[in-house]
Amino acid sequence: MTAPVIVLENVSFAYDGVPALEDVSLEVEQGEFMGLVGPNGGGKSTLLRIVLGLLAPDAGRVSVLGAPPAHARGALGYVPQFATFRRDFPVTVEETVLLGRLGKTRTLFGYRAHDRALARRAMEETGVAELRARPIETLSGGQLQRVLIARALAGEPRILLLDEPTANIDLRAEVDIFDLLKTLNARMTIVVVSHDIGFISPYVTRVACLNRTLLCHTASPISGEMIQRLYGAPVHMIRHVTAREPGLPS
Amino acid sequence: MSGFFGTLAREAFLQHALIGGLLASLGCGVVGTYVVAKRISFVAGGVAHSVLGGMGIAYFLGASPLAGALAAALVAALIIGWVNLRWHQNEDTIIAALWAVGMAVGVLFISRTPGYNADLMSYLFGNILMVSRADLYVMAALDAVAILIVTLFSKQFLAVSFDPEFARVRGVRVEFFHLLLLCLVALTVVVLIQVVGLILVLALLTLPAAIAAQYRARLVPIMALAIVLGMAFTGGGLALSYAPDLPAGATIILLAGTTYLFSLGARRLLSWHKTRRTRT
Repeated sequence: MTAPVIVLENVSFAYDGVPALEDVSLEVEQGEFMGLVGPNGGGKSTLLRIVLGLLAPDAGRVSVLGAPPAHARGALGYVPQFATFRRDFPVTVEETVLLGRLGKTRTLFGYRAHDRALARRAMEETGVAELRARPIETLSGGQLQRVLIARALAGEPRILLLDEPTANIDLRAEVDIFDLLKTLNARMTIVVVSHDIGFISPYVTRVACLNRTLLCHTASPISGEMIQRLYGAPVHMIRHVTAREPGLPS
Repeated sequence: MSGFFGTLAREAFLQHALIGGLLASLGCGVVGTYVVAKRISFVAGGVAHSVLGGMGIAYFLGASPLAGALAAALVAALIIGWVNLRWHQNEDTIIAALWAVGMAVGVLFISRTPGYNADLMSYLFGNILMVSRADLYVMAALDAVAILIVTLFSKQFLAVSFDPEFARVRGVRVEFFHLLLLCLVALTVVVLIQVVGLILVLALLTLPAAIAAQYRARLVPIMALAIVLGMAFTGGGLALSYAPDLPAGATIILLAGTTYLFSLGARRLLSWHKTRRTRT
């Protein structure tokens, strides 16, 4: 644990006057595996988008690797929820992973051999190398999620940000994905957004609970009282829901 | 059919028409693939129809209608793109407005132009047999610009069409490439209007790429196949229309439309046949 790689100070953000984040302060240390949990609409994705520089906070200060977010993009790997693009777009696994090289490769013409080698390595690391010629519409949810992680890794990130990486896949694939993230954590900082507090807690080094404001950030086990504050429901209800329907789409 | 080839060997007008059709196929294959993949045919339709406004004003002022068409297409593309980037939810309305207002402006100016009234029908439905040598040079130049830009920025265009949010995170200037792509659509529309007119242009822009997308899973192979199909449709339509003296533009479009439906039907039938076989 050295200097923090992500610093948010008193950050607030509102969509057309509807507050999504209020006075959030948070530091992520180098090498952490942080879980960002909270109910849907609690501002988790908004926080991630601010760190990525896709949204500018209305108030407060953000710095990523000591610079404004837009300047740190080259060091960030982003894995979106796959609802953000069309599954039937005519693109193969390899072409998708290569997109992770944008910003690192030359601007004009195609990719260099170096880009293809890094894409290849990322696909091998996430176990999708055999699928490289496949159109993405033929992939299962778990396979596609691995492709998106490979795309983020192809850019050689120092920090990996994932938005609900297991929202649309089954429990078996979800375990595999988090095992993979655990391995990756050996060499990069990871922030993963999830609504499933029970599932991620064995993997992460720290949990931050977000419901418009930051309610807690702790490495200790989450108490029932905390979940009640976070979700506004008694803990046994939450346990019941997460145990019966793991990885439910958000 | 032998009459078509006999005349083709002798007459410059028919040679120009055929070359015009082939040149149009290049642009429609490359840019049409993005239109289909990004699902912006309605944007392309709005640009195509607003072109009449530019043509009408140019005609009224005694300028070249082609220059007017080019200016109007680029302006329409930039307005639509800008509205899309600023107030995403209003794009639909602004396209519909440009579509109709552009045509209204065109009709008004053409009606006010003194002297022999321009053949409005040839703007609307094209007249490939009237394509001049100078037109061919312009078409070739527009094609060259479109293909050059796509070759230079193929990575960025793929990123912006497929997953704009990720492209933004990777530092791609999404707004710029979105607008650039719409400008390419505008250039291509102007090229295609020479062949099939502004009403039918949408079909020639989308159908070859839509058919190709049924058989190929990556953008570049889709473009290549779409170019071949576009050439087959324009050349074939021209040949079919010649002997019975049918309008060439309409024949080209009907050939493309029939092929699209046939291909769609054949693929459905094939996949139905496959699932039935695996069940038994």
